[in-house]
Amino acid sequence: MARGSVSIVVERCKACGFCVEFCPGKVLALSAAFNSKGYHPPHAVTPEKCNGCDLCGMYCPDFAIHGYRTDKPAAEAAETEKEPDDAC
Amino acid sequence: MSSPVISITKPGNPVEDILRTDRMPHIWCPGCGIGTTVNCFTRALIDSKTDLDKLSIVSGIGCTGRVAGYVNLDSFHTTHGRAIPFATGLKLASPDMTVVVYSGDGDLFAIGGNHLIHAARRNLDIKVICVNNLTYAMTGGQTGPATPLDVITATAAYGTYDPPFNLPQLVDAAGAVYVARWTTFHVRQLAKAMAEMFKKKGFGFIEVISPCPTLYQRRNRMGDGLDTMKFYKQLSKIKHGAPTSEVGLSKSGEIIVGKFVDRERPDFTTMMHAHLAEQLGDKYLPAEAPVCS
Amino acid sequence: MHADPVGVLTGAHFLDGDHAACEGAIAAGARFSAGYPITPSTEVVERFSQRAPKIGATFIQMEDELAASIAILGAAWGGAKAFTVTSGPGFSLMMEHIGYAVMTETPCVFIDVQRGGPSTGLPTLPAQADMMQVKWGSHGDYEIIALCPNSPQECFDLVIKAFNYSEQYRVPVFVMMDEVVGHMTEKVVIPRAEEIEIEPRRWTSKDKSAFQIFAPCGDEQVPEMTKAGDGYKVHVTGLTHNERGYPDMTPAVQDSLVRRLVGKIRDNAEKICITEQHDIEDADVVVVSYGITSRVAQRAIETGRAEGLKVGSLRLITAWPFPDHIIRAIAPKVKGIVVAELNLGQMVREVERSAAGQCKVKLVGHAGGTVHKPEEILKAIREVVR
Repeated sequence: MARGSVSIVVERCKACGFCVEFCPGKVLALSAAFNSKGYHPPHAVTPEKCNGCDLCGMYCPDFAIHGYRTDKPAAEAAETEKEPDDAC
Repeated sequence: MSSPVISITKPGNPVEDILRTDRMPHIWCPGCGIGTTVNCFTRALIDSKTDLDKLSIVSGIGCTGRVAGYVNLDSFHTTHGRAIPFATGLKLASPDMTVVVYSGDGDLFAIGGNHLIHAARRNLDIKVICVNNLTYAMTGGQTGPATPLDVITATAAYGTYDPPFNLPQLVDAAGAVYVARWTTFHVRQLAKAMAEMFKKKGFGFIEVISPCPTLYQRRNRMGDGLDTMKFYKQLSKIKHGAPTSEVGLSKSGEIIVGKFVDRERPDFTTMMHAHLAEQLGDKYLPAEAPVCS
Repeated sequence: MHADPVGVLTGAHFLDGDHAACEGAIAAGARFSAGYPITPSTEVVERFSQRAPKIGATFIQMEDELAASIAILGAAWGGAKAFTVTSGPGFSLMMEHIGYAVMTETPCVFIDVQRGGPSTGLPTLPAQADMMQVKWGSHGDYEIIALCPNSPQECFDLVIKAFNYSEQYRVPVFVMMDEVVGHMTEKVVIPRAEEIEIEPRRWTSKDKSAFQIFAPCGDEQVPEMTKAGDGYKVHVTGLTHNERGYPDMTPAVQDSLVRRLVGKIRDNAEKICITEQHDIEDADVVVVSYGITSRVAQRAIETGRAEGLKVGSLRLITAWPFPDHIIRAIAPKVKGIVVAELNLGQMVREVERSAAGQCKVKLVGHAGGTVHKPEEILKAIREVVR
């Protein structure tokens, strides 16, 4: 049961690979999909291993991903719910 | 083809409020570490519960200088090397403001070197974040004051032969009260160091070693941003309290990271007030912010 | 609004120009100065450094003029009326930040107490050879306002005017003194605070979502101002930017921004120009001068008039923007214009340009180091009239 999840702003990603490399749970991999700039954004290949630590978010130089806890929704949910631009 | 998007109901990224999202995507290259440092910066602002109306960011010219344009704060993108004296004027006219200088190795240590050492000497209450990608990136990767020996740059086709500054040592010698170095690999420690520095009065300095994959790493066949991050992970050694004279960098050698200096010294404004009050007694009228009608 | 009585030394004083300029700055509301010592200007900031702690002001001596010239801009964005003071070599160092002040529309005042140049030149002796530099010294297209006092009293008065103009037009304003005016000691009358007119900073009251730091408004098309800490989250950059302040480096934005910055002054030039004119109406020859040279010229003009020559005088109190409109009106009606200045030909070029060949223009130049003799100017007057 995943304790966390990630949210990806696909259009900002430049496929640098930091999030993939440094995710402690090895949750992510670069996908085969393209964003409009031609980069392969990441996706969760083992989402059940995500614990919402947000290391991916801290590493991402492009503010294209962030992780959050899902097992404590009241505490972790941000005050302003934003819909990131993540049309695929 | 798998969907790249996970989880439809999700909280917004808390740092988005501190970013000028209307200007995304930013200009930094894939694998550049500056954005990573900004992530740490924004998280440090949140964690230290800083009043964002009372924090200004001042930058110089260069890739790192562009940070000022991407954060949703009172931001001042000034001239090359002169972020620190601008910050000096800003701080003295607005003493309640937290003033952060966010700039690069060339901007702060070559053209801006003189201002850096004087601000440290005075112990002005400003916080300097120096993203050190070991080159002048924006202009195409020329040699800078922090470029290690034997490195190929745009102005050193056969490799550099003039030795670089040891940035923490210089700033320590000039009188800074907080000196630390991390790399863009050390995201948690870096965010923590920034938060710590914001709370400490006096001249604070954090050096962040960061990849410049397009220029520095590419010319020296050191791989891309990710390779460089792995290089930092492998070669970094945390040595809190290390003497700054021993933390110089080389092309492929050890990278000493940690908090090197954390000392107490009255800051410029405190010394000014104390001295003038002592000398002038009740004739002293301290400047208060705001000062202009 | 009126000056803040704190700091206004009401009364009659015996002061030199440098000291009077300092008092003018204080009366105008300046509460921040960053400086670097350079002869013959140093006394301005020395005096300010002594006055500052008693009037709620801050002075910091910076490590060089590059630092001083941008520290005042930082202070301006922190909310202060700020100024710096220098002479030729330091002025040269400040050029980049003058451009930055223009581009960011930062209100501030620079005082240049001119001395012999070029280079180290004559540190303790006068010249008026920075007049073109003040207009063109920084790179790019831009306009500034420059004022030329010819007495310690005017040093006081025109420094106040400079601050007022800088707030009104959100532009750096220059007070072009010279070593003689700076070091001559004369009576300076400082009025009561209620009699001194001060321009307040044009603080915006717009909503945070509506305010744009570089959006022109009002009759003069000048943006409103704010300061760091007021919650507007401004972005100020020297890069070509849009009204929000964000870099927008396209030819279209370059065109609209730079034309607006230049137009701010050019379109208001006739309002900004201040001159002192005598006996122009029936003149055969007009003497154009400014600063200390205008006092020497006065003697030459009086002597010429005593000889029966119809000599008028036009004293530039603002040298920039240059009063094209006045020269254009004078040139067709006179035999010639004599320009006396302590340089080898700077403002004379502006006179020639405006006169557009409609009359003779004769320069009485001087390499600097001392002031003209009245006879030199009188000789030129006689030649033109002949």
